[in-house]
Amino acid sequence: MKRKLIGALVGAAVMSMSAGQALAQAKAPAAKGMAAKPAGVKLSGEMVKIGVLTDMSGVYSDLGGQGSVTSAQMAIDDFKAQAKPGWKIELVYADHQNKADVGSNKAREWYDTQGVDMMTDVLNSAVALAVSKVTLEKKRVLIDAGAATTRLTNEDCTPYTVHYVYDTYALANGGGKAVVKQGGDSWFFLTADYAFGHSLEKDTADVVKANGGKVLGAVRHPLNASDFSSFLLQAQASKAKIVGLANAGGDTINSIKAANEFGLTKNQKLVGLLTQITDIHALGLPTTQGMMFTEGFYWNLNAETRDWSRRYFAKMKKMPSMLQAGVYSAVLTYLKAVQAAGTDEADAVMKQLKSMTINDMFAKNGKIREDGRMVHDMFLVEVKKQAESKEPWDYYHVRSVIPGNEAFQPLSLSRCPLVKK
Amino acid sequence: MSEIFGVPVQALMGQLMLGLVNGSFYAMLSLGLAVIFGMLNIINFAHGALYMMGAMFAWMGLNYFGIGYWWSLLLAPLGVGLVGILIERSMLRWLYKLDHLYGLLLTFGLALIIEGLFRDQYGVSGQPYSIPEELTGAFNLGFMFLPKYRAWVILASLTVCFATWYVIEKTPLGAYLRAATENPQLTQAFGINVPLMVMLTYGFGVALAGFAGVLAAPALQVSPLMGSNLIIVVFAVVVIGGMGSILGSIVTGLGLGIVEGLTKVFWPEASATVVFVIMAIVLLLRPAGLFGREK
Repeated sequence: MKRKLIGALVGAAVMSMSAGQALAQAKAPAAKGMAAKPAGVKLSGEMVKIGVLTDMSGVYSDLGGQGSVTSAQMAIDDFKAQAKPGWKIELVYADHQNKADVGSNKAREWYDTQGVDMMTDVLNSAVALAVSKVTLEKKRVLIDAGAATTRLTNEDCTPYTVHYVYDTYALANGGGKAVVKQGGDSWFFLTADYAFGHSLEKDTADVVKANGGKVLGAVRHPLNASDFSSFLLQAQASKAKIVGLANAGGDTINSIKAANEFGLTKNQKLVGLLTQITDIHALGLPTTQGMMFTEGFYWNLNAETRDWSRRYFAKMKKMPSMLQAGVYSAVLTYLKAVQAAGTDEADAVMKQLKSMTINDMFAKNGKIREDGRMVHDMFLVEVKKQAESKEPWDYYHVRSVIPGNEAFQPLSLSRCPLVKK
Repeated sequence: MSEIFGVPVQALMGQLMLGLVNGSFYAMLSLGLAVIFGMLNIINFAHGALYMMGAMFAWMGLNYFGIGYWWSLLLAPLGVGLVGILIERSMLRWLYKLDHLYGLLLTFGLALIIEGLFRDQYGVSGQPYSIPEELTGAFNLGFMFLPKYRAWVILASLTVCFATWYVIEKTPLGAYLRAATENPQLTQAFGINVPLMVMLTYGFGVALAGFAGVLAAPALQVSPLMGSNLIIVVFAVVVIGGMGSILGSIVTGLGLGIVEGLTKVFWPEASATVVFVIMAIVLLLRPAGLFGREK
């Protein structure tokens, strides 16, 4: 009896690890009443279908998740209002549960049986790399707004993948360089133990060394670790001036919280390498004030960003992360490219995308390079003190604007085979 | 400074201390599971969700009603216990006669529903909960900087764990409980209200989870996912300690916390796995667990 029971228990534990997050998947209401198709726009399946694949319920769902779906829908609505396309646009979304196999299966299903033309968000580097391969095989378009790994535009670049919002190089370059210049020349890394964390750690370490700093060590923690105090104690023992957090979402939040509790912040400075406004909101300003990091978007930047973000806020009751804002821009840009190309055939759309200049609330003079990198300005921000914050979500001082051609890896260093040298 | 395998002894002592803190949480949660399994034969998969609920109740109490940490420490577990009693009365009691799997599946479903409700309302990034005024600051132990709050966690959880063990093993009430587990019909024949005891036991077991949740709230981010990150490890602790063994779950919880803490020093990447490796070894050598008895 007991053995059977223990067997059941172990089985259930495994079950809960693999299916713990119930698969959330649904179709957004389809756009209706636009059957009339103008001559000149040739569409597969009589419509353009966009798929948002993201983490709907797990550790990154506040960075993308429902917010990304809302953003994509806003882009579709805005495009319809402005361009009056006269063809149907449909939005579908699904939860990849941060699992590469779930993500690539969903991509296959969408491309093969649902006629999805373009996928976006696709946060989580491991999932993005898997989906990018399927996209290449099926010849569709992936505009990745959520993943961080530079492999998407280097070793694993494809003619059908665009990397839209940020990457580990840009994060490392912005934050890393600025911090070393301010005297933070010895580093210790707290790294999430998977593709993204390793990539972020390596890129940052390279920047630190190139600017004359040194790296004293690193500790790799499992994704979703519940307690960070042990790792922080090791960071403390390293006596490095800077502790770089090469992790994201809930892991970053718990690292920062524990660092404050254990007094690490008294003698050492924390640098979040992928910190986003949702993390700052979750922790509050007293815990995070003075932190510096690189962002791709800030809602309170200018009239245009404020305007869009307030519309987003009205729907989500939160301000957008750079991923969510990026999804809006990616979908809008894609739809414009389809219209300009007169087809949703992937090669033609990609050619159009790479020849366009992107100007919207997210990017100014954005350009998509031959390796798939969308080049746009990034921002080095510092978190405000409580007293300096004038309204809810007023969290950042923008310390400098990093021009796109400095923020991202130069094309000459690209390891992407598509780049002709 | 002396070293063990290239790691300074001082750093090692620090990690042992932190392991003990984590072990305290494991001990409290696995104790609740052990009590529930021992008395009700239910594998309570909702335990992690109820732990999270304890933390959320503390946060809601503070932000909506201005109830401070110390009152939350009392009220949130009571609230969670009441929710538990409702679950037991309305759903669980129909399953006692069926195979264990049914109880497991029901509580697993409940866990997903509870987590889903909180996630829908609050998102996954969670809410900050500050450390109570009296416990801010830290002790300098010479070998490490131990926040007072973490020390309090060890103290509080050990007290609660050993009080529970004492009540069940050494008092008349505990004797009734154990009798009701052994032979419910006979115990009822002696005029003891067994269904009432079972209900209160479940309520108490999940209240322990709620208590652990309140203790965790200031140390971790109060997030709807905090329970699911922890619960699998806690189940492994129960299996290693021996299903239903009270003392086993306390000792194993603390012990595995320490083992995990040491793994974080020597091989951090394996720290999420080490507990399961131990579980596999224990199951092969002693299928009933370290403290369990073969029936």
